[in-house]
Amino acid sequence: MPRNSFASATMRGWGAMSHKAAVVSTQTPDWSERFDALAREAQHPLLKEYYAAGCIAPDTPISEVPMVAMDFETTGLNPDQHSIVSVGLVPFTLKGIQLSAARHWVVRPRLPLHQTSIEIHGITHADIAKAPDLEDILDPMFELLRGRVPVVHYRSIERGFLDVALRWRLGEGIEFPVLDTMAIEAHLHPNRRPTRWQQFWGEKPVSIRLADSRIRYGLPHYAAHNALIDAIATAELLQAQIYHHFGPEAPVRDLWL
Amino acid sequence: MQAELIDIRNHMANYPPFDEMPEELLDRVVGTIEVEYFRAGTSILEFGKANHWLYYIRSGAVEIYRRSGELYNRIGEGEIFGQFGLLMHQKVRFPAKALEDTLIYRFPEEIFRLLFENDDNFADFVEVEDNSRLRSALSRREKSNELMTSRVTRLITREPVSAPCTVRLQEAARIMTDQGVSALLLMEENKGHTDLKGIITDRDLRTRALAEALPSETPIRDIMSEDLITIRDNAFIFEAMLTMLHNNVHHLPVMDKHEVRGVIALSDIVKYESQSSLYLVSNIYHQQDVRGLQKISRDVRDSFVRMVNEDANSHMIGSAMAGIGRSFTQRLLELGEEKLGPPPVPYCFMALGSMARDEQLVVTDQDNAMILDDSFNPKEHDEYFLALAKFVSDGLAECGYTYCTGDIMATNQKWRQPLHVWKGYFTDWIENPKAEALLNSNIFFDLDGIYGKTDFAEDLKTLVAEKASNSQRFLTMLARNALNRTPPIGFFRSFVLEEDGQQRKSFNLKRRGTAPLSDLIRVHALACGSRAQNSFERLRAIGQTKLLLDDDLGNLRDALEFIAIVRIRHQAIAIEEGREPDNNVRPEDLSPFERSHLKDAFQVVSNAQKFLRFRYNAGVGRNVP
Repeated sequence: MPRNSFASATMRGWGAMSHKAAVVSTQTPDWSERFDALAREAQHPLLKEYYAAGCIAPDTPISEVPMVAMDFETTGLNPDQHSIVSVGLVPFTLKGIQLSAARHWVVRPRLPLHQTSIEIHGITHADIAKAPDLEDILDPMFELLRGRVPVVHYRSIERGFLDVALRWRLGEGIEFPVLDTMAIEAHLHPNRRPTRWQQFWGEKPVSIRLADSRIRYGLPHYAAHNALIDAIATAELLQAQIYHHFGPEAPVRDLWL
Repeated sequence: MQAELIDIRNHMANYPPFDEMPEELLDRVVGTIEVEYFRAGTSILEFGKANHWLYYIRSGAVEIYRRSGELYNRIGEGEIFGQFGLLMHQKVRFPAKALEDTLIYRFPEEIFRLLFENDDNFADFVEVEDNSRLRSALSRREKSNELMTSRVTRLITREPVSAPCTVRLQEAARIMTDQGVSALLLMEENKGHTDLKGIITDRDLRTRALAEALPSETPIRDIMSEDLITIRDNAFIFEAMLTMLHNNVHHLPVMDKHEVRGVIALSDIVKYESQSSLYLVSNIYHQQDVRGLQKISRDVRDSFVRMVNEDANSHMIGSAMAGIGRSFTQRLLELGEEKLGPPPVPYCFMALGSMARDEQLVVTDQDNAMILDDSFNPKEHDEYFLALAKFVSDGLAECGYTYCTGDIMATNQKWRQPLHVWKGYFTDWIENPKAEALLNSNIFFDLDGIYGKTDFAEDLKTLVAEKASNSQRFLTMLARNALNRTPPIGFFRSFVLEEDGQQRKSFNLKRRGTAPLSDLIRVHALACGSRAQNSFERLRAIGQTKLLLDDDLGNLRDALEFIAIVRIRHQAIAIEEGREPDNNVRPEDLSPFERSHLKDAFQVVSNAQKFLRFRYNAGVGRNVP
């Protein structure tokens, strides 16, 4: 199966990031200030309203940060060539993931649906024929995004695809902070590929895929894969990572990208 | 609920009480879930704090504590907690702590109330605590069985017919004929009281009077049966049935303290319960040869399945099966004596193990022995007893009771010895205990004389009762052996599976359930100096000594009953499906209800083993393999 013909949180992290990642790169902006600026610059009312709702102060302990786990299923890995086919969102905090507010949408991709993405996501042509365009779900999506820090597993997908999708539809892109559970795993396991010597002694490469990362925290296996289950799985993984490595008092600034 | 959450719903639908919940209701529950992760060692619920959630363990394991800080329970995947706080003032009553990294689904109080009010199954489930849950599971089953719930007084249809024991043979026969009864009670005046002294039955008149051509003037007291087996008037019919099976008597006087209220006959119970195993037993005594016995032995399994389907409890089934086995043995001994002639010296035929405990099932081998009179002389007499033992053992094998693989049978010369040798065996086992030797002789501490001079077996029971309780070393060794087989439950309340003969993952309900329980009950019973053999009766005897708390005794009784009945049902299903019954159960063969209660029951066994280790100082040293 060609690796670049689909993308989902379940598959991400399987060699996709070969470079070392620090949790916080030096380029991470002060998202509070950045949102103030963006609120002034943005033209489209939806984006203006989103930025105006503000971004939580960087010093806020993670235990007090409202978050939203976000997962897209896409037709491929390249935002310029591929499309979003489904969106899963679930708001949460360190103390609880609220399934009552969870949402899942199937949307109509702009580009033809590959057979391989059908096999992965189980989303068929018939589903998509009836599905709305992403534009039609932006209001309820932003309802959940507003005032919450997005949490994803491999930020290039959600960030890249949402940015491109909004450029196409609203005429301007979007910037937002993310907590990236895959980047956290990458940070915790900097030397994921064992040397030949280590391989000789039976060491296995450390996978930072969502399902494999979850196993390290004793999190259960989910049989189904859809954008909502993956979003929930990502939220659970973040809770586990915080409790194991950072503690509820860690300021969000240390973790967001 | 979002359709994409079906994974979560499906998980809950595997576990009680959600497994029986209507789909729409469960969807509603899932739609309100909040998910929270707890790292191992962190507190989930703190005592006295407000709580407005019911907790469901999606993965991991949780420890529940009493307010005193004492560990109360360990629970795992699919189990719930927090309900007691919700039922009472929304305050945490049992603090909870994550034992492993744990993922919790919790749902809000409003949903809890909604379920509690709309789903009876849910309400029943959350209302009772684990051990009482086990108990209610048992009591629900028992309701449907009339033998279990009707008192013997229901079978009494007339005033007792009696006569002074001074009457003559012919007078007694006339009274019985006039009154149309098959048994006559014989009374004795004693300081103004009229006491029950003996009984004479139709069969007695035939075998003891007519066959012996006794003169009609013979005093009835010369041939009446004394030391009567009786039953209390508040006993249940099944107890009367067990008493008849155990003692091989066909009439039971029903007593209100010292007053006779009536007599019930075997035929009364057979009428009441025409399919009962008593019918099979009476049939056994009508067979004239081994072939006849072998023929009716095929009915044993039918009788077993019928009792299971009639919801009999394990005590009843175990006793009935033991009664049937005993009857086969007794009839074979009668036939053997007919063939070989009368025994040269008195002897007692002894049942061991499950038959002696009245806990026999259908898959069973024969464990027996002979106690010979001390006048026994091997050169002159042993040929006879060997031939008799062989006749009985071969006959039993024909009837489906396979030979004992450990050679614990009367055919083995070691187990065909005069009483003084037997006393020496037991004295040596008790006073010079060796763990390995005891492992092999364990079975002799469940013994019952079933034929001949049963007094010999009673002598041995007395010896054991007197000596065992005084030998701390013996009890320690016995306790240590009783700890060799552990219940098949892991630290996290998951079943520990083994591969059975057909490469299927299963656990053995006998080896890891009923056997460890009867082993540990035996130790306590011997420590109490009890002469009881049946595990339930042993528990009763232990209860009179305060060795165990009433609560613990109740839990042990419930656990034994539950494990035994699951094992019994498993075998009955196999027989009905035409398979050979065994003791290996796969978790997937069990209903979620049975799985859950079995875990409760195994937890009781595990706790009881811990206590045994502590009580008899059996933790030190190594167990023999």
